[in-house]
Amino acid sequence: MTYLLEARGLTRKFGGVVALDNLDLAVVPNEIIGLIGPNGSGKTTFFNVVTGIYGAHGGSVTFDGADITRASPPAVYQAGISRTFQRSRLSLPLSIFDNIMIGNHKRLNQGLWFNLIRRGEFKREFEANYSAARTLVEVFEPQLAERMLEPVGELPMIDRRRIEICRALINQPKLLLLDEPSAGMTHDETKELMDDILQVRDLNRNLTIIIVEHEMGVIERITERCVVLNFGRKIAEGPYRQVAVDRQVQEAYLGVE
Amino acid sequence: MSEVMQKLRAPLLPGVVALALSTAYLIALLGAEKQRLIIGLLAFAVVAVLAAHYLGWLNLVSRSFADREDALGVYAILAACVVAAFFHDNHFVLLLFVTVLLYTVATLGLNIQFGYAGVLNFAGASFFGIGAYTSAVLSTYTAVPHLLVLLIGGMLAALIGSLLLLPVLRTRGHYAALVTIAFALLLKTFLEVNDVLGGPQGMQVKGMSILGWSFNDNFEIGKIEMSFYLNYFVVSMLLLTGTFVLVRRLERSWIGLNLDALRLDEIAASCFGLDIARWKITAFLLGNFLIGIAGALFGIVGGFVAPNNYTFADSLIMVSILLLGGIGNPWGLVVATFIVVVVPEKLQTIQESRILLFALIVIMMLLFRPEGLLPRPVRRYFPGWRA
Repeated sequence: MTYLLEARGLTRKFGGVVALDNLDLAVVPNEIIGLIGPNGSGKTTFFNVVTGIYGAHGGSVTFDGADITRASPPAVYQAGISRTFQRSRLSLPLSIFDNIMIGNHKRLNQGLWFNLIRRGEFKREFEANYSAARTLVEVFEPQLAERMLEPVGELPMIDRRRIEICRALINQPKLLLLDEPSAGMTHDETKELMDDILQVRDLNRNLTIIIVEHEMGVIERITERCVVLNFGRKIAEGPYRQVAVDRQVQEAYLGVE
Repeated sequence: MSEVMQKLRAPLLPGVVALALSTAYLIALLGAEKQRLIIGLLAFAVVAVLAAHYLGWLNLVSRSFADREDALGVYAILAACVVAAFFHDNHFVLLLFVTVLLYTVATLGLNIQFGYAGVLNFAGASFFGIGAYTSAVLSTYTAVPHLLVLLIGGMLAALIGSLLLLPVLRTRGHYAALVTIAFALLLKTFLEVNDVLGGPQGMQVKGMSILGWSFNDNFEIGKIEMSFYLNYFVVSMLLLTGTFVLVRRLERSWIGLNLDALRLDEIAASCFGLDIARWKITAFLLGNFLIGIAGALFGIVGGFVAPNNYTFADSLIMVSILLLGGIGNPWGLVVATFIVVVVPEKLQTIQESRILLFALIVIMMLLFRPEGLLPRPVRRYFPGWRA
């Protein structure tokens, strides 16, 4: 069996705290996998180590057949992994279009000559990307597509989340890492956003998603398989219904009597 | 604003009227001699701008500029030529005008560094000085063609600036600013103790000449005597136009987007493939290159360079222009440079306390209008473009 992403014995420490402890995690192509566990169990750290923001202190990560354990964030992005952040990291003074284009970096011509002198060619590339970004935004929220050149800072939280996900999707990644997309949103908004994500996946069946989430309804609805972390270790794995009744998992969330 | 209004291109007229009024005002201000008249004119400008703001006229003007920038840019060049032609035999006013143009070029360079990439540079005047000293040395000791001298001045400023790259890349925010302050102080000391460069007394710079046309001689058109500064006005105006177009295109490209992205959030930017170091270096070198070219021409125009003309205080003036005009907005920089350079020259009463005045302006701006006189609008890749 070939895995799209495979972590073996992955370890990361912060001083005396072991945030990831010898973690093995494998992701098959085209699945949606949920990463759950109590606060501080290492979910976001896992994302940060995979994307190269933190280095690993042990173990390895392979993606699409290549070792990316020591790769820098730009190299991980080039390889085909995109992510969102737990606390929204959009550039608030920039427009919706600009924010989405930040995610499209690898597909935009970055040459000085092209950008400054060949304005005719630049305009064609700009227009093609503008309609691509607009089409993507329309999948999420048609009304937002009318406001592509307005600053993101003026939008409500749910729209910002949508744009963050558009920014991650515009370059057609192989793997999408969603870090708590429902954080700071109401129940209804969360449901809406999940519908959007499923719709995007219907359009692109090749997309693999790892989602970190505290909202168990979301996990139950959209994931095919869950991995439960506690203190940086994997304590359970399997479909949501199975892990939800696991004794170890319940102890991790609720404590031992 | 209705949907229909959004779809229509804003009219050209408000922009043209604003330019015409500014030109007339500028001629009146530059021509005024009596202190009372100057104070009256300045007070009038403040009242007029505030009134236009509350009547919503400024909004019309800014929409006009946003949609019709190319046409209005041509009108702005014409306006500058009208002012220069009006003062065709007045050395003092033309020199002041050329100073404004060259300072604008320099602050446009600073704007790439600070306004877009977020790299604070408190050594703007030092790089300006490197350009000026390049002109002095090359015109004294060599026969390098003068247009080439300008280019070398820019390249040398970028090259010497690259000494700062390592510390600037390894530090952030205030710490990077401290590195540039240290550089400004070091450079001034270096110039003062260096006898080849004239020491504290400085050096003379020869006037420009291109293809036998000597820039430092007055000339005649018809029977009218023209100030030789008109030559320098033409060259400075060409330089400013080129720089303005370059900076504008830079902002309105993927590169401008990269610089904004890394200024606003380095971590997010690097997670989307941005090579932070590459783009910081690009912005820093390009900015210093432009500052250096402006400095090289300024050295030639002034005819004289000395360490005391390129001090830390002068760098602060450049940064205050940036803060006053609106960080990231080239049009704002043009307006702010006029205010900061012209007002102290005309108002002799504040000559001595000009630094105090700038300090006050900067504090007031940061308190009440931190985005500057003309805040930077959201990026439009092509003016007037509609989806």
